[in-house]
Amino acid sequence: MARTVSTRRKLIVTAIAWAIGLLIFFPILWTILTSFKTEGEAIALPPKFLFFDWTLENYGVVQERSDYLKFAMNSIMLALGSTFFALVIAIPSAWAMAFAPGRRTKDLLMWMLSTKMMPPVGALLPIYLIFRDFGLLDTRGGIITVLMLLNLPILIWMLYTYFKEIPGEILEASRMDGASLGKELLYVLTPMAIPGIASTLLLNIILAWNEAFWTLALTTKDAAPLTQFIASYSSPEGLFWAKLSAASTMAIAPILVLGWFAQKQLVRGLTFGAVK
Amino acid sequence: MGTISLKNARKAFGDAVIIPGADLDIKDGEFVVFVGPSGCGKSTLLRMIAGLEDLTSGAIHIDGKDMTNEAPSKRGLSMVFQSYALYPHMSVRGNISFGLKMAGLPKAEIEAKVAKAAATLNLTEYLDRKPRQLSGGQRQRVAIGRAIVRNPEGFLFDEPLSNLDAALRVNMRLEIMQMHKDLGATMIYVTHDQVEAMTMADRIVVLNRGVIEQVGSPLELYNKPDSLFVAGFIGSPKMNLIQGSEAKKYDATTIGIRPEHLAISQKEGTWPAKIRLAEHLGADTFLHVDAGPCGMMTVRAEGEYDATADAKIFLTPEPSRIHRFDKDGKAIRK
Repeated sequence: MARTVSTRRKLIVTAIAWAIGLLIFFPILWTILTSFKTEGEAIALPPKFLFFDWTLENYGVVQERSDYLKFAMNSIMLALGSTFFALVIAIPSAWAMAFAPGRRTKDLLMWMLSTKMMPPVGALLPIYLIFRDFGLLDTRGGIITVLMLLNLPILIWMLYTYFKEIPGEILEASRMDGASLGKELLYVLTPMAIPGIASTLLLNIILAWNEAFWTLALTTKDAAPLTQFIASYSSPEGLFWAKLSAASTMAIAPILVLGWFAQKQLVRGLTFGAVK
Repeated sequence: MGTISLKNARKAFGDAVIIPGADLDIKDGEFVVFVGPSGCGKSTLLRMIAGLEDLTSGAIHIDGKDMTNEAPSKRGLSMVFQSYALYPHMSVRGNISFGLKMAGLPKAEIEAKVAKAAATLNLTEYLDRKPRQLSGGQRQRVAIGRAIVRNPEGFLFDEPLSNLDAALRVNMRLEIMQMHKDLGATMIYVTHDQVEAMTMADRIVVLNRGVIEQVGSPLELYNKPDSLFVAGFIGSPKMNLIQGSEAKKYDATTIGIRPEHLAISQKEGTWPAKIRLAEHLGADTFLHVDAGPCGMMTVRAEGEYDATADAKIFLTPEPSRIHRFDKDGKAIRK
């Protein structure tokens, strides 16, 4: 008796999980499907789900009109660059907060997080002016700096929680063994925190790749990443749903693939320390 | 060589004073045990010597040199931690050789030293394993290997055996004592287990609330405790402490008599008592008796003592073995 109930329950729970999953995934799926339709079919009512004339025409047009590779290259540079510099700053910071906390460490962590609660548009004007006056508009260096600062609080928080899980005695042992601070970080802490650092790194790449507000506001051409690439299909020439979808699909494909392969690492990293 | 001295070493976190000021001289090659109940500051004191905790004031001299502000690695000391604190991502070989690598020794020399340490500790066949693939005792050996391979002036042990089971603990205790004999290095050993302290130490330092209560050889502490605290802490089972009129007869606030210094008689004696419980250990029997005005007492009877509950007996203390303490808990000596 008990077994049949639990089987039925399992089925229901599974069905609900799938339904929610599909609901969340649907916009992405619809975008991908639309990218293979003609402009006419894209706005057809009632919408056609799978039975339409599949075409690659949109991709051809998109590639012809704008240089996808240039935008993609920028996206890669911005995501990797900002992640690299953020980690260089975040690892020692999180180390200090986890292993040599001061009286205000908790406040500092909260304050860092609070900067993420402010609407970014509030800082748009000053940052835009700084960028203009220092000639940083539409430069990769400028955007990398902004993206790095933007994600730094989350990175430090994540690394801080991972580092907290590492017994301090192991680091002390390395100090007794004669390791300098730098060697202690390099040979002992970092290798032990690799799972945590890897998932932090992946998350930061994803966040930086998807970041649209600042990249749209501060780039035009030279440093423009894929967010600009998508945006360029929305306003100037009216809405072409199929082409916009093709551009979007091309923009999100790399990060989707990365996310797919990294999901095990991401889940492990994000639940690190939650279960012993 | 490996002398260590504390000169009014003090440690405080804000208003919380952990060590009010400790003075201690440890001779070269001595095996010193810090013992005390948990929270007495013995680990903090050890960590101050190691350099892992800063001193609030005072000084630490190692080998005659002022090391108060030196980094841990510059002090020429090795430490074995309670949790072993092995590097989980390194093999046994990596763990043992880490300190040598940090010191920048040539590869061949490192390998020779690691091989030698591994051979002494029976770890040779485990050199390529990771710590998680080892048993508790083996991990302990790796931690010790990591300490001895650097050939330090002194060793610091922070409750190294408390995570091992009882049988292994006795074995490792003997091994550490043997190691001390072979190496002749200064060793400081922290434990809360007074049996470990008694069996291993050349000298015992008894700590209570951050204060050094008494320093002496195991038998000095056993025979001549300076205070009530030391009297109660050293010796197993604990010393019987008697207050009130019975103590007054000896001109003291409290008198103490160890369970093994009471003679038992069925017919006559100083204190009449009733047996409440008996613990049979085979070689000895510990009787827990109600001695009326003297309160509950523990008595050791040799061999198998046939004890019936509520049986009446008489206890007579060996006069020379009675310890007297004043109202501040300090020993009164004639």
